[in-house]
Amino acid sequence: MAASRTDAPEALRADALSKAYGARRALQDVSFSATSGELLAIIGPNGAGKTTLLQILAGALAPTTGRISLDRRDVGWVPQQPAIYSKLSVRENLRLFARLEKVQDVDATIDRMLAEAGLADRADDTVGTLSGGNQQRVNVVVGLLGDPAVLLLDEPTSSLDPRQRERLWEFVSRLARHGGTTVVYSTHNVAEAERYADRLLVLADGELLFAGTPAELERATGAHEAIDFEGAFVRFLRARGH
Amino acid sequence: MRWLLLKDLQILRRSPLLVALLVLYPIVVALLVGTALSSGPSKPKVAFANLVPPGEAKINVGGRELDATSYASELFDAVEPVRVDSREEAIEKVRSGETLGALVIPPDVIERLQGTLGLSGGDKPPAVEVYYSAENPLKRRYVEATIDATLADANRALSDQIFKEAARYLNLIVVGGSLSLPVVGDVDVLGLRNARAIIDAAVAGLPADADARVALEQVSRFARLAADNLDVSKPILASIGKPVEVKEKAIAGSSTSLDVFGIEVAVVLSLMFVTLLLAAGMLALEREEHAFGRLVRGLVSRSGLLAEKIGLAGLCAWALAAVMLAVLVTFLELGWSRTPLWLLALAFAAIAFAALGVAIGGLTREVRAASLLAFMLALPIAALALVPSGAVDGTLYDLIRIVSGAFPFKPALSALDAALSGGELLAPLAHLAALTAGFALIARLALRRFV
Repeated sequence: MAASRTDAPEALRADALSKAYGARRALQDVSFSATSGELLAIIGPNGAGKTTLLQILAGALAPTTGRISLDRRDVGWVPQQPAIYSKLSVRENLRLFARLEKVQDVDATIDRMLAEAGLADRADDTVGTLSGGNQQRVNVVVGLLGDPAVLLLDEPTSSLDPRQRERLWEFVSRLARHGGTTVVYSTHNVAEAERYADRLLVLADGELLFAGTPAELERATGAHEAIDFEGAFVRFLRARGH
Repeated sequence: MRWLLLKDLQILRRSPLLVALLVLYPIVVALLVGTALSSGPSKPKVAFANLVPPGEAKINVGGRELDATSYASELFDAVEPVRVDSREEAIEKVRSGETLGALVIPPDVIERLQGTLGLSGGDKPPAVEVYYSAENPLKRRYVEATIDATLADANRALSDQIFKEAARYLNLIVVGGSLSLPVVGDVDVLGLRNARAIIDAAVAGLPADADARVALEQVSRFARLAADNLDVSKPILASIGKPVEVKEKAIAGSSTSLDVFGIEVAVVLSLMFVTLLLAAGMLALEREEHAFGRLVRGLVSRSGLLAEKIGLAGLCAWALAAVMLAVLVTFLELGWSRTPLWLLALAFAAIAFAALGVAIGGLTREVRAASLLAFMLALPIAALALVPSGAVDGTLYDLIRIVSGAFPFKPALSALDAALSGGELLAPLAHLAALTAGFALIARLALRRFV
């Protein structure tokens, strides 16, 4: 578990975000902040509003009410499913999105990103021929092309095997620890949240139930017997009627 | 937007089967239509069995002999005869599918025809036998129409000849002359006018109070009346063969030939399919690849994305349709003087179809669903636009006009027709522009659902 980063400058602030689809409220009055280089995990059961929150932060969805401190150009977004063109090569995909992001030195940036992501030897392969893990890496790299201050990842490891997950988290953690990029990610894998996140946001039915470190979440359950983190999380949700 | 355009062209380049289909489809259609139109309609094959014994095909009309078999040639203007020797052989040709139908002239047809033309009339009218395979209603109707039309032509030719003989005979009665009769030989016929002249001369030589004068004057009046009225009967006889003369004059629409209309339909149909599939597919692909949300969160506006898809699909389809039409214009030697007009008409049509295509793409989530919807929509649109006025009930036709007017096929056809054959071009172009705006708006609203 990472240490607290209370001394780092604030990179992202969300105030009273709400999203309604007709009578259904997908998100209700959610407020939180994140600091530079912080890894922030959003966890919660299905339909909690995790993807909606990330889409709003990414600027892909307008909130019904509330505001965000960041301009969307400072945010890199990595949707849950690879949002890249399967008929194009890795390099062609990166070149397209780099040009759309108005990156200054397109070719140099692509070469650097390919090297950092370990994809240099697959640069000319068509994306459709890559494994799910490599496609997800290209997906993450596209999100980083604009050199964003905040990177949003929606369920980034849901389709990856354990080895691919490990490699992806190494890459993402390096971005946060060494690049100062704030990483906000949603996951169903509670152990992954505990292991890599500095702090957690727990969402259920669109409400923010908890914001704090994994240790604080464990303490908040009030459990006296020895249970694992996932057990503590389930107990936490159950105690709050979810 | 140019980077998106480049990306879509790269994707198209990586889809050789799709591109081959999109390119080959209009070209093959153009070549097929062009070949069909330039080679002209082929005559259907009809088995023909003339069972009239050789040398017995003569009929006697007013003392003159006519060869009835010479009128069979009228039949062969519209069909290609396959001559056979028996009824059974003719029927077998139809059964085997070698010929579309069979026409059998029975051996007693001349005898019956002669009886019909005789003063006493015949017991049974002459009849020919027609056989065809009614394997489907369309073929049955085609064979019936073809043989009915050719027999009508042959009947008309025969009745014309009979009328000429009847007119000659009437003329003989009115003005007199020589009539050749079988066995008897040449006979001089006095004629009504000559008879009247003789009677008038005889009347002039009689005393004013002679008893015979009144009677002879009655005969003279009869001869005059009969001659005058028999003269009038000639045009009446002529009208029996063709009682109604038809004067045709088009009061609306264009003077487009069937060949050119065929070209227009083929081109607009191809343009519609290519444009709809491209536009709908390329927009749906953005969603299928999950790239839409990434693009429109600041990289490209939704309207810009639509404009790019409309432009790409419209440009590709316009180029293909232009090549297709150029091939057809060459085939039919229509000339190139109206090229700028038909290029303009194709451009407006391509853009309107592309706008409809992105509306379809905006309403669907996947390329396959978009393609299916495009096909399902395109076929009835084309079919409805080709329904002619008068073919259905008035209210239904009004409804069809409204539906057809809501889609680009009919105005595209009108624009291309005006460009190729002359006529009002601005109205269909304005119609296409309005539809472009309408469908682009629908697509833009549909994209609000996209994430």
